Amino acid sequence: MKSVIVIGAGGAGLVAALSAYENGAKVTVITKEYPTRSQTSMAQGGINAVLSEEGGDSIEIHIQNTLKSASALADEQVVSFMCKEAPNAIRWLDSIGVPFSRNDKSKIAQRKLGGAYAPRACYAQDYTGLKILHTLYDRCQEAGIEILNERYLLEFITNKDNNNKSFVCGVSVLNKRSGEVEAYEAKSVIVATGGYSRVYHDYSTNSVSTTGDGIALAHRAGVRLSDMEFIQFHPTALKNSSILISESARGAGGYLLNSKGERFINELLPRDEVARAIYDEMAKGYDIFLDIRHLGTEFIENELPQEAKLAKLYENVDPSVELIPIKPAAHYTMGGIEVDKNSSTCINGLFAVGECANHRVHGANRLGGNSLLELVVFGKQAGENAAKYICDFDKKVDLSAQKKSFEDQIIKIKEFSNEINFYEKQRELGELFYKNLGIKREKSAMQALLNEVKEMKAVLPKMGVSDKTKEYNTNLIEFLEFKNILDLSELVLISAISRQESRGAHFRVDFPSADDKKFKAHTIIEERMVSYED
Amino acid sequence: MKINIKRGEVLCYEIQAKNQTLLEVLNEIKTTQDSSLAYSSGCRSGVCGSCAMRVNGREILACSYHVQDGDLVEPLNNAPVIRDLVVDMDKAYGFNAKAKAYLSADIDNILITHEEQKINELQSDCILCGSCYSACPVYAVNSEFLGPFALTRVWRYVSDKREQNPKEKIDNIQTNGVWDCTLCNACTLVCPQGISSKADIEKLRARSALVGYMDPNFASFGFSGGFDGSPIF
Repeated sequence: MKSVIVIGAGGAGLVAALSAYENGAKVTVITKEYPTRSQTSMAQGGINAVLSEEGGDSIEIHIQNTLKSASALADEQVVSFMCKEAPNAIRWLDSIGVPFSRNDKSKIAQRKLGGAYAPRACYAQDYTGLKILHTLYDRCQEAGIEILNERYLLEFITNKDNNNKSFVCGVSVLNKRSGEVEAYEAKSVIVATGGYSRVYHDYSTNSVSTTGDGIALAHRAGVRLSDMEFIQFHPTALKNSSILISESARGAGGYLLNSKGERFINELLPRDEVARAIYDEMAKGYDIFLDIRHLGTEFIENELPQEAKLAKLYENVDPSVELIPIKPAAHYTMGGIEVDKNSSTCINGLFAVGECANHRVHGANRLGGNSLLELVVFGKQAGENAAKYICDFDKKVDLSAQKKSFEDQIIKIKEFSNEINFYEKQRELGELFYKNLGIKREKSAMQALLNEVKEMKAVLPKMGVSDKTKEYNTNLIEFLEFKNILDLSELVLISAISRQESRGAHFRVDFPSADDKKFKAHTIIEERMVSYED
Repeated sequence: MKINIKRGEVLCYEIQAKNQTLLEVLNEIKTTQDSSLAYSSGCRSGVCGSCAMRVNGREILACSYHVQDGDLVEPLNNAPVIRDLVVDMDKAYGFNAKAKAYLSADIDNILITHEEQKINELQSDCILCGSCYSACPVYAVNSEFLGPFALTRVWRYVSDKREQNPKEKIDNIQTNGVWDCTLCNACTLVCPQGISSKADIEKLRARSALVGYMDPNFASFGFSGGFDGSPIF
């Protein structure tokens, strides 16, 4: 039996693994790809922490900025804990060798991101997430932490104790290489599988792997989810590919223009407001462009090299002389697995951290620079608590039955008739989500989409895979991911339909203002039913 | 347009593509023509390192390469092919641990100047795509060579002001390490991040010399007689 299993090898997973290890646990990390290939590698902007109050910033202001962005939907106590822990988080990252950019005093440099009172985001050029992630990986190598690559999560296995309370006792995974189902017994499991922005498929800035597997499967195992309707759209993704053009382009003075060449919004307002303004212009039939020509070739080459490269590659434009065609795209999912103040889910021994979890720090809209912070602060917490939990674990576990049941399910899926190409459906679903559950939402369109999702679920047996091979069957893996996406789509929809108000990233055309009386509360999903809790 | 993909044998696919990346074309083939095609991808924007493969014999990232008519697409070299364009990177990644490419101990509150930061800024841009590993000819003769990316990673830590025991790191790369490289520069030419492992290996050689190591190839030509590869102090 394994002690602590961490599912997911992004930033959250690796911090949790290191923390559990440092607290005496033997840790195994399981990932569906390789560590360092996760979504964390794409984070560019920075990680928030108040390292000094010299410039007038303070931990209290960091807390207030976070709460304001969250539109009254964050837990003040948890936000306060995160912001107070932030300087320690940076100190730790610095101590393990993260190559942060430095200021003239040889200390860690900080820059200002949207919604922040002062320069507070520590960064490593345009590669903050990449360099943090790789340093964490190197640290795991030093610690000798076991990492099992290319295993796709199939199920969290639970059991009931003498008091009829559920506890986790392992996971089953599909070994992508061998095609075999593997069941791993574990005393504790930490979920760190990332968000679900790929529900929007081609209309998401995220990695193709961000399919919310851990959230969908945790819910199937009986875990409560919360705030699933809150999805952050980034204002500037490339028009054809949805690849992210960092906020730093606007931060440096870039303009947003419509096809008439007119500016239509203060580009530095919060992401949700800018995204809505772009949406309105697009609804009028305009194309939208990011204009950084006036910043000059030299500045673009030195300060925005990644952006220039991606614009050339994907839109075939040279941003120093041409406009960059853009659109808003799904970027970050605030909702996810409901956890308590110890990062624990409602199943004993099952913890969650990172974008897949909802620690109630982002509320209705995440503040830029807080997601990397969240994964360090709560990754540490989840690891500590998992290590503590396993000390008292004394149950016997036998997973052979579960393993067999999953082998049977895989065989059954391979027998699906494959009359309908699920890739087409997945593309269609993404488009419909962008249109009807995107930046602006309205009841009848969402209801129609919900019916569409239910219809897709009903015809799943007519989809399936054409590739029946056992070894490295990515057709099968992608179908399993699509199944999870469909599950989550339904939960996002019922949450969004139920919330008859506008708050943060959730904007209802039919209910354009906030309704604090009814909805200043978290959306809870338990067994696919919606309720509200403070 | 036609592209050829090595899947054990070479298969030819007819595609409609203009100004598309190879990854977009692979996705198109996978979702509309042949869903059994296996390859890896992630971020689509050149930072996750998942989609390294070879086109016409040269390592590229599929997400950063524009397809040309007649291209031949193959998996990376020097790693076992699992299926089609997917290779097993476990052994390659294992060289990071063998090379001890990490900070040897936690260290608090070290001031680092701009200049000190620049020393390994480029090296820490590495995305572990494995292109250099695939292009390196030394593996043909020594499969235990620590290799380009792992040695670049060693330089990244050896040169870091926070590293308290750089000598231990240098000691560790004398065998199957810096002296096995032929300085052919193939790794540099294929790196999508513009990193030169060859240059990093040269810097590590210079550091090695500073603590008393010598090039064993040079030594064996009779320069120091009975030199057995052990350090000279």
